[in-house]
Amino acid sequence: MKKKMIALGALVVVLVVVILLVTGRGGSDTLKIGTIMSTSGPVSHFGSQCRDAMLMAVDEFNARGGVLGKQVELIVEDDEKNPEKTMNALVKLVTKDKVKAVLGALTSDCTLAITQEAQRRGVLLFTPTSTNDMVTDAGDLIFRSCFKDSFQGQVMAQFAVENLKATKAAVLYDMNNDYSTGLTKSFEETFAALGGTVVASESYAGGDKDFNAQITKIKAAAPDVLFLPDYYNTVSLIINQVRNQGLDAVLLGPDGWDELVGQAGEEAVGGYFCNHYSPDAEDDDVQEFVRKYRERYGITPNALAALGYDAAYILLEAIERAGTDDPQALKAALMETNKKYVTGHITFDENHNPVKSTTILKVIQGADGKLATEYVGMVDPE
Amino acid sequence: MDFLQQFCQQTLNGLSLGSIYALLALGYTMVYGIVKLINFAHGDILMVGAFVSYFVLKQWGITPVTLMLSFLPAMLFCLTMGVLIEKICYKPLRNQPRINALITAIGVSFLLENGARVLPFIGPNPRVYPTLPVVNYKFFGINISQVQILVFVVAIGLMLLLNYIINFTKIGKAMQAVSFDKGAAALMGINVDRIISFTFVLGSSLGAAAGILFASAYPQIEPYMGIMPGMKAFIAAVFGGIGSIPGAVLGGFILGVAETLTKGFLSSQLADAIAFGLLILILVVKPSGLLGKPMGEKV
Repeated sequence: MKKKMIALGALVVVLVVVILLVTGRGGSDTLKIGTIMSTSGPVSHFGSQCRDAMLMAVDEFNARGGVLGKQVELIVEDDEKNPEKTMNALVKLVTKDKVKAVLGALTSDCTLAITQEAQRRGVLLFTPTSTNDMVTDAGDLIFRSCFKDSFQGQVMAQFAVENLKATKAAVLYDMNNDYSTGLTKSFEETFAALGGTVVASESYAGGDKDFNAQITKIKAAAPDVLFLPDYYNTVSLIINQVRNQGLDAVLLGPDGWDELVGQAGEEAVGGYFCNHYSPDAEDDDVQEFVRKYRERYGITPNALAALGYDAAYILLEAIERAGTDDPQALKAALMETNKKYVTGHITFDENHNPVKSTTILKVIQGADGKLATEYVGMVDPE
Repeated sequence: MDFLQQFCQQTLNGLSLGSIYALLALGYTMVYGIVKLINFAHGDILMVGAFVSYFVLKQWGITPVTLMLSFLPAMLFCLTMGVLIEKICYKPLRNQPRINALITAIGVSFLLENGARVLPFIGPNPRVYPTLPVVNYKFFGINISQVQILVFVVAIGLMLLLNYIINFTKIGKAMQAVSFDKGAAALMGINVDRIISFTFVLGSSLGAAAGILFASAYPQIEPYMGIMPGMKAFIAAVFGGIGSIPGAVLGGFILGVAETLTKGFLSSQLADAIAFGLLILILVVKPSGLLGKPMGEKV
């Protein structure tokens, strides 16, 4: 009996050693990068395209021989746009996969849920797409490659006053979503500062489907423009009800409206939103990216795809410059970024936010009857 | 728009929302009346109904006629499903403590939601439900859309039909008898099993209809879409007096109007809190609900 126990014990030890050796070896020939994307759930069109673009970028590096002589492996986790799941994904990536850098998360509420934990665990967190102002406040290891909400809100308010000659604005926002409330604040402040009046500011709770009460209230205030700071799926529901209630204000939105053209009915025609890039822009980098993406996935990439592609490039190039994926060295290398990418020329300010311009697009009805976007103009940060 | 107009408009919005709640609440209340079970899977029947009509409309294209026709397959599918759920999940537990069936109902609800999520042709992502073009009519400055008219007409029509079935047909009277006293009804020669199945048939087909109306009014469908309306309809049923059919209708309308008026005139942030607070208050004063009969515990 005793001998059997010893034999069994020895077997276990041998197994553990073998497993350690095998996994340890596996870890040394690839460079692991984690990513947390909402590839299913309400913003799946954003998450899946962003992930696909990152995979494309990683494959391009690998085809050239990898980074620091190693093949890059992108470990994808899905958070379903649920901040709790984002946290679980981060812990899994850090403890099980032992990644040093994470690309993600997608939406601001998910990213805000993990910034402090990432900072505490000493992982570099680089979000391609979270625009809420506070995202990079948690510490010096948090970066992003998109512009901030205060900039977006400001641009759309300016556009409403200067280009649309609006004097009365209304806002309908999600009070539980950091993205939505941040945008509302900056839009309202700028609109008021430019001499306009915010005649109605109504809210709803995330997941609501009935907005008729708020829309009736907004209609009574007779605004010239209605700002809808939310993601495409909720916005398409709101727009449908706005038109069913007979409210005909010009609709304005942020970058969350990207993909709206595939989701909403013709009620959305005539709306304006700002975005990170336009696939129609006559820019060589943009056209090259759009061509490669179409070739590989068969669809035109949205702005989130472009941001994901850029973020993967910025991060991997910084790893090459730093010569390691150690977060502290990587941080310094990232700050040296100064190059033109698909979504524009990128340098980071002292808060790790990129300084970049935004594109304003208009929703139009294309020749084939489907909705499309039309390039309206470009706004640079001050 | 003056105050009165706005008030009428908000009431109209509330009635439109309330008629969907009412339709769904009927399913909760009927099943409770007959088998004393709170069928938590009922909200998910709404989701299934919406998805069936979605696939049908994808095939046929969207016109007013196909939209009306799509009620048929959706209701048929859901009533079959309702009967199967009853036979497989609830019937074996009929003589067990009531809590067992209740927990099973919650399990069935999760099964339907997450089952839909993993089915490849449904999946977890929201889809756009086909809609008719936006048409608005104006009466004295009050706006009513085609969708709202559709929701009203279909909901009221189905409620009248249900009223007819329950009060003027033999099987409806048998339902009332079973609800009143199951044992005595069986002794009088009523086939209780058949009546229970029929109750699920009625409830599930109304649930499917509510699903189509809900999807037409809020054109986005996903596997979890039934949770909130299901919850609200359940509350409406309790509020109206669970087991009472006119109570469920009244409860549904009151809940819809209360919710909309709170959003419209008090605060959109506290809408649910105020609406539900009101309900709690009424239930404290009248614990059996508005039209419910006070139930003494039988010894």
